[in-house]
Amino acid sequence: MNIGKDLVAASATPLVLAILAEGDSYGYAIIRRVAELSGGELQWTDGMLYPVLHRLERFGYVEARWATAETGRRRRYYRITNEGTAHLAAQRRQWQVVDSALRGIWTGMRFAFV
Amino acid sequence: MTELTDALEAQITRWRTWLRRQPALRPEDVDELEGHLRDQIAALLEAGLAGDEAFLVAVKRMGRLDAVSREFAREHSDRLWKQLVAAPEEDAASGRAARREVPVVLSLAVAAALAIQLPQLFGHQFGESGFYALNASLFVLPLLAGYFAWKRGLDRKLCLWLAGAFAAAAVAVNLVPFEPGGHTELLAVLHLPIALWLAVGVAYVGGRWWGNVAGRMDFVRFSGELFIYFVLIALGGGVLTAFTIISFEAIGLDVEGSAQRLILPSGAAGAVIVGAWLVEAKQSVIENMAPVLTRVFTPLFAGLLLALLAAMAWTGRGVGVEREVLIAFDLLLAVVLGLLLYAVSARDPLAPPDLFDRILLVLVVSALVADGVALAAIVTRISEFGFSPNRVAALGENLVLLGNLGWSAWLYARFVAGRGPFAAVERWQTAYLPVYAAWAAVVVLGFPPLFGFA
Repeated sequence: MNIGKDLVAASATPLVLAILAEGDSYGYAIIRRVAELSGGELQWTDGMLYPVLHRLERFGYVEARWATAETGRRRRYYRITNEGTAHLAAQRRQWQVVDSALRGIWTGMRFAFV
Repeated sequence: MTELTDALEAQITRWRTWLRRQPALRPEDVDELEGHLRDQIAALLEAGLAGDEAFLVAVKRMGRLDAVSREFAREHSDRLWKQLVAAPEEDAASGRAARREVPVVLSLAVAAALAIQLPQLFGHQFGESGFYALNASLFVLPLLAGYFAWKRGLDRKLCLWLAGAFAAAAVAVNLVPFEPGGHTELLAVLHLPIALWLAVGVAYVGGRWWGNVAGRMDFVRFSGELFIYFVLIALGGGVLTAFTIISFEAIGLDVEGSAQRLILPSGAAGAVIVGAWLVEAKQSVIENMAPVLTRVFTPLFAGLLLALLAAMAWTGRGVGVEREVLIAFDLLLAVVLGLLLYAVSARDPLAPPDLFDRILLVLVVSALVADGVALAAIVTRISEFGFSPNRVAALGENLVLLGNLGWSAWLYARFVAGRGPFAAVERWQTAYLPVYAAWAAVVVLGFPPLFGFA
């Protein structure tokens, strides 16, 4: 399935923040986690994740620091801030509204989708 | 981890070199992306792919590099401000556009220079009639807005809106029966350009005004740079005018009067358009000047204000309550606000607070304290003097600036204390921009009837 560009962009912020709420992480691992969570359905262009992360950093939702990974290379790790947690909660409420509205109308529909 | 072959390393190095050439990417961003690429390659090698297959797949997953770097540019437009152009989609097309731009700019500049002469044909002398002073900005700013409308490819609807705004302003200020040489007329002269500047701003950001923090910040940068270019051009123009007068005098012709009537207004009008084009095109030729001046003058103004406060506390003298004092404090707040605005616009939003931020905070807080003292003295006695248009305008401006600086000081203090992001300061400053225009519009349109056109 090919998920539309706009939907991918809109869901990027809550997904990244939620993944970081599970624990600090870095770009590659975030991409892997997204693929895992969506069963491979949600494919991001890897490079596009970093502008998103930098935007979240500018808004103060995440903090970044360089650290040396077990492979010996330096990696940029991201951590969610208190503001980020608050923003995630707000996003979650918004998505729940959208989700329940869609469910409401889809369950009422007579015809089946293929 | 897996050792990579030399061939693979060479391919990664080439990929990295390409990335390094992208103006929107910093070395540490490239490091981050390279780390990602290497993780991906390692995982693919683990899964059994051959070296160059792994490289190809990893690069493919990374996405088209020009698209990625454009996305970076969108997020970090401040970095590009020094780099001339935001990653052009097609070089050939943008080259053609740049060549077409010069004739457009020149015709707009000539149009502005001629337009400002038009009223002289109908007997309005430059420098003598109120009509000129009142309408000067209406001859230039619509053309400037037109330039940006053309450059940013504004849609027809927005163009009509902007034209409507300019037309409405022109009709309004010319229908108001000002008492010639009165206070409300002078106030309208001073405030109309401020109100109209917002319309230029809307054109500058290509119509995406709402919620466009980065665009509005670019407009603030643009305004400061345009002012500097304008002053530079004016200096050159002054030399040119002086030379014209002297050299014609040498052959026995007195052209001083006509030079002042023709060169001065036309030169100034044309200089606005040409200056705007220079700021747009030559951002990288002269490094941005406004932030440099900010760096120089912020500590100096902070020192001055601290000295003033110390002297007031030491001698126990209050400030006078003349109108000039209020205007002086308005100007002081405007200067402090300007310093703050350009410091904000030139700052790397991600850098941690440093000494300069603390100095800036001291500057803003001491300006607030000094202004608070002056304002308290004036407000307690304003009833004695009564409400004249000048006093109300000055007081209103003071409150508008005070409101901005007060909240900025709070946000900045939070940032310096490490409890808030810098973006909050940026957001607040850009969100406040329409307030100035709104207040200026009130002074232009509301004051004349309020004070009997005096």
